[in-house]
Amino acid sequence: MSFAIIMTGFVALYIFVLAGFAGWVIIGNVPAILHTPLMSGSNFVHGIVVVGGLYALFNAVTPQEQTIGFFAVLLGAGNAAGGYAVTDRMLAMFKSSDAKPAHHRASVHTIKKG
Amino acid sequence: MLVTISQIVIGTADLAAAFLFLFGLQRMSSPATAPSGIRVAGLGMVAAVLASFFYLASVSPAAQPHVMVNLALALVALAIGGAGAWFVGRRVTMTAMPQMVAIYNGMGGGAAGSIAAVELFGGHTQGATQLVVTLLGGLIGAISLSGSVIAWAKLDGVLKVPLRVRGQQYVNGAVFLAAIAVAGLVVASVLGVDGLLLTTPQWIWVFFACALLFGVLMTLPIGGADMPVVISIYNAFTGLAVGLEGFVLQNPALMIAGMVVGAAGLLLTMIMAKAMNRSIANVLFTNFGTVAKARPGAITGTERATDASDAAIKMRYAGKVIIVPGYGLAAAHAQQKLFEFVKLLVAAKVMVRFAIHPVAGRMPGQMDVLLAEAGVPYDMIFQLDDINDDFAGTDVALVIGANDVVNPAARSDKASPIYGMPILNADKAAQVYVIKRGQGKGYSGIVNALFYAPNCNMVYGDAQAVLVQMIEAIRGLGAAAA
Repeated sequence: MSFAIIMTGFVALYIFVLAGFAGWVIIGNVPAILHTPLMSGSNFVHGIVVVGGLYALFNAVTPQEQTIGFFAVLLGAGNAAGGYAVTDRMLAMFKSSDAKPAHHRASVHTIKKG
Repeated sequence: MLVTISQIVIGTADLAAAFLFLFGLQRMSSPATAPSGIRVAGLGMVAAVLASFFYLASVSPAAQPHVMVNLALALVALAIGGAGAWFVGRRVTMTAMPQMVAIYNGMGGGAAGSIAAVELFGGHTQGATQLVVTLLGGLIGAISLSGSVIAWAKLDGVLKVPLRVRGQQYVNGAVFLAAIAVAGLVVASVLGVDGLLLTTPQWIWVFFACALLFGVLMTLPIGGADMPVVISIYNAFTGLAVGLEGFVLQNPALMIAGMVVGAAGLLLTMIMAKAMNRSIANVLFTNFGTVAKARPGAITGTERATDASDAAIKMRYAGKVIIVPGYGLAAAHAQQKLFEFVKLLVAAKVMVRFAIHPVAGRMPGQMDVLLAEAGVPYDMIFQLDDINDDFAGTDVALVIGANDVVNPAARSDKASPIYGMPILNADKAAQVYVIKRGQGKGYSGIVNALFYAPNCNMVYGDAQAVLVQMIEAIRGLGAAAA
């Protein structure tokens, strides 16, 4: 049994169509109030490109490939880490009226420190 | 054996990541569940990145001698990129969020473009399909990189004015066509066609140069108020580029994540464009500001100024108040003072709500985040469709640093450049106060009929300074009563 992943044209198209549709439906359910965290969150999700960067860098042969691969990982890692950091911070700020004001202030404070 | 194990580990981790991304985004359908959503997605990312080190077990024979160097480079890149962006991301102010999102977008696009470059320069692509997909992903990724950098520079104030040149659209079109043509030459060159003037690597360089140049040219003429659309589009572009490179690398996690983000970006772009009553093409290819200048204000009457304290006292004794924040609030960093003022009103039994226009600010939802940062509970924040009918029964509408999104000309004046754009009906409140820096026109240069309406008074000044005066006025009342 082989565990290698091989995708030819049509399989890839199926994945693209289904993923695009799933994304459209899921994102359509996000309320407008969360559009900024949604944007930074989806930003974070495309940070998965760092995995592709790692693959490219591991298989690099020439110094030129190594240099470009290095930047691919650098940028991808920045995309993922930064996207997560800002999204997590923003989402922690959204509170309902039921939340106790004192608790709210404390949480905002620690977030700023962290 | 090791290869099989690594395939199983990578396959499982990537599958988990793809599922957790979707599940995490799905939890963003409510502010209550959203924080757990991003953590779930983060878990998926960590799993996928850790598992990718198993790629080392099956590197190509040519790369075998370089494995240790490549591993070291990867660790350094992960550490610098990850730690640097994390550090900045934890500290950046909420008002700077649009430019941060722009720069993360650019990074993702740059990473996708770099992967394409490695595959092209290394000659790793197999067959024409992979080659074309690699080029397409590289093209979109590179455009997203340079375009996002320009968007960042504009949002950050490095670039102040939109740069517009006569015939720019033709230049942009020519550069884009050149990029496509060069991509065709790269394909021909890789497939072995001789006599193409340059070598394959040289054509690849030219290709990326054209793509990067197009990203710059495309973004330069777009003005600040159109930034919500631009950021959304580059979000979609980067997602698409990542998805395409995922196909090239035969990695379904990248394909799924990329396409989901591509769809998300497209949906947000359409929502933003609709909220401005413009097509996406119109935002990208026409010069909004110049259209507006062509038509001087045909409105008669004068703007009537009033005192901050008078306005504050009127609101203190009102029953219902709706506040309409705009980019001016963010620019003045006045959201904390605003909530302080609102808390005084609420303590005096005034019903206060916030009304947010979809394109208020410089990116989708920016106002919501700023209010949340100041501590405003999300159940006080309402979107256009949910609150627009309530203005008519409202005593006071307080507009802070917003302009076009409350211009009634969008409803009534067919000659206005913003005619047809959905607006917040602030003018239907019994009394309107507008806090504004000065008598100048707003960003788009369109005269706002609301400011001349009989039920409207202007409070001139910096939003923060005005709100401090308003807070003092109400505190003064309290002291007098006691």
